[in-house]
Amino acid sequence: MPILSPWYDFRDLGNAAARLADALRDIDAPEGVVYALVGLLGAVGVLLFVGLTTLVNIWVERRLIGRMQVRRGPNRLGPFGLLQPVADAIKLMQKEALTPRLADGLVFTLAPVVIFIPAILAFAVLPWGEKMVLADLNVGVLYLLALGSTNSLIVFMAGYASNNKYALLGAMRVIAMLISYEIPGVLSLLAVVAFTGTMSLSGIVDFQANYWSWLLFFQPLALVIFLLGSTVELNRSPADIAEAESEIIAGYHIEYSGMKWGLFYAVELVNSIAISAVIASLFLGGWWTFGLEEFVPGWLIFIGKIYACYFLLIWFRGTLPRFRVDQLMAFAWKFLLPMALVNILLVALEITVWEEFDLSAGAVLPVFAVVNFALAGALVAGWARVMAAQFERFPRRARLVPDIDVPLPAEGGGHAARAAV
Amino acid sequence: MPISTEPLVVNIGPQHPSTHGVFRMRVTLDGERITDAEMIIGYLHRSMEKLAEERTWTQNIPFTDRMDYLAAMTGNLSYCLAVEKLAGIEVPERAQYLRVIFAELQRIASHAMANGTFVNDCGAWQTPLFYMFREREKILDLFEMTCGARLTTNYMRIGGVAFDLPDEFMPGLRALLDELPDRIGEYEQLLMDNEILLMRGRDVGVLSPETAINASMSGPMLRGSGVAWDIRKADPYCVYDRMEFEIPVGHNGDCYDRFTVRMEEVRQSVRIIEQAVPQLPPGSHCADVPLNLRPPEGEVYSRIESPKGEIGFYLVSDGGPHPYRWHVRSPSLINLSALREMVVGQTVADAIVTLGSIDINVGEVDR
Repeated sequence: MPILSPWYDFRDLGNAAARLADALRDIDAPEGVVYALVGLLGAVGVLLFVGLTTLVNIWVERRLIGRMQVRRGPNRLGPFGLLQPVADAIKLMQKEALTPRLADGLVFTLAPVVIFIPAILAFAVLPWGEKMVLADLNVGVLYLLALGSTNSLIVFMAGYASNNKYALLGAMRVIAMLISYEIPGVLSLLAVVAFTGTMSLSGIVDFQANYWSWLLFFQPLALVIFLLGSTVELNRSPADIAEAESEIIAGYHIEYSGMKWGLFYAVELVNSIAISAVIASLFLGGWWTFGLEEFVPGWLIFIGKIYACYFLLIWFRGTLPRFRVDQLMAFAWKFLLPMALVNILLVALEITVWEEFDLSAGAVLPVFAVVNFALAGALVAGWARVMAAQFERFPRRARLVPDIDVPLPAEGGGHAARAAV
Repeated sequence: MPISTEPLVVNIGPQHPSTHGVFRMRVTLDGERITDAEMIIGYLHRSMEKLAEERTWTQNIPFTDRMDYLAAMTGNLSYCLAVEKLAGIEVPERAQYLRVIFAELQRIASHAMANGTFVNDCGAWQTPLFYMFREREKILDLFEMTCGARLTTNYMRIGGVAFDLPDEFMPGLRALLDELPDRIGEYEQLLMDNEILLMRGRDVGVLSPETAINASMSGPMLRGSGVAWDIRKADPYCVYDRMEFEIPVGHNGDCYDRFTVRMEEVRQSVRIIEQAVPQLPPGSHCADVPLNLRPPEGEVYSRIESPKGEIGFYLVSDGGPHPYRWHVRSPSLINLSALREMVVGQTVADAIVTLGSIDINVGEVDR
């Protein structure tokens, strides 16, 4: 690090910002101006990333889903169809944004706008590099969870204000999901927080860097729970019950058109990226990758990890059918919640053992990893067994019979009778 | 204080992505649960049965394409068989084999569509549908090279089929038959071992064998309920009595069973085509039938096993060039009749899946 510490060291843009702040302080700028300027710079950076990834993700998602579905995906506009999102956006802006006569106009218009706020705010606490974090909140995890619930509330706003029965069904489903999935989500992250001893996201990444390991190896159960819980909060397949294309058509945003609809579409992608980023920094080490960050800018590594997680979400979407709403709730309460509680118990036990006996991290962490992986595997496999048992009443395949087993009427009609004559 | 509540009446359709056309279901909801359901049909009524009385017997064949446009071959076949029975026309053996081959190809194509859209109704994001379409596409290519059309084939004629096979047909069919078992295996791996699909399909839209028989159900609906009934076995037409195949039956009569029955029927169809191809005799593909056919006075009912069930034609002739009465017993309409019994008490999501598992075609429901 000391060799390449000048301002042009682009491995950590936090250095450049710190140098800018120092330069401003040197010319005796008031502290408020320094704070605002550096903050603004970071905010512009985050917004640029959000805007660009959203445009790119429209292409990435459609292209990958297309590949999974043995078709090509958008490939007409520009090289490899890369300009397709731009064309889509232009089309959406030109379209008329209708408001139904009986809708609550203010809330209806407000919803697609405010839904962007939590989505973008989530990026504030993400560590892109060692010093490259816009707001290093010491309650970062709590902040992210709070933003996650706000998102669901705004979706409810949209559904309720539309004054449409399908939208209302979608909105009710969102509320049911919010209540069910907040709890396992919070509990799974609680285990992470307990294990690392910090709620700050950069603190958690530092923990992983200090112990030369990703949290994925110590908290597999928390990762599974958080990943499944967040696909539900994201309204993505297999849990896209709030918009359920085949049932309630588009659910909460059925009445939206034009760019209002486009905002909902975009925010879904932004949220997916935000959740992928949270998973990447909590469980996959964020910008830290076993020394690779010395040679490659940490934020590039981080973006790579974000897209790896995002690919997983696309894969889910391309493969799985949708749960029914009650099955989804049962999944949260009967599977995720007990698992999360067991995980917390285990983490508490491990932390206590670690601290009480004053063991060295090198000795104790591999044991934790093995124990946690074994338990996670056993729990998931056991639960899958239990879940499959309810379908064992009947074989999964059709029974083959060689001939009809319904008695024919004595006076047969039709072709056979004609052949006999 | 008790909260006052009222039931929510929701129109599912006629414009809805999962009603497979312009079918409308008016459901009364208590939360997500359906307390009442009313089926409203007629949005695609084209008055075919009346129009047919003004056309000659041959001119009516294209109508049968446009009833169940996903299984035009079997519609054609059923009508032609009825007219042949009425007029006492002998069909050449080659034509009979060609009819079997094309009817079974059509069954594979129709079941691919049915299963693809069923899984789509379960919420899979189009992927299984596209996989199924890949095979369906190849079958439609075979249709196109034989008769020039892909959907509304208009291929069967009174007394045979319209065209003999082109030279490139057999290699194409061979390649398809070699490929299909592997593909079906892939789909079974993807879909049948999928717990979410089991959760969505098992014990959803259960149809007891008694109700199925009383409602005069047929096809995969009836077989899904565990009744082994297949007109190809019970009342063989064409050369089905020379073919060896088995009837797949379900265990519980739910949506998942109907899905597996269709999956298995595709395998059996491949088996039938494999038997029919080597037996295909040379000779004429169509009997000599006068263009202006005047069947003798009388009435006839003839039925075949279409992909959706028993499609039957009741024809009355007064000896003239036009049918006196042209009635279709369409499987889609009759299979739909028990939908209310199947969906009341279930959730909206279940109703969509149940409707998807019936595999209706509104063109055939309304005619």
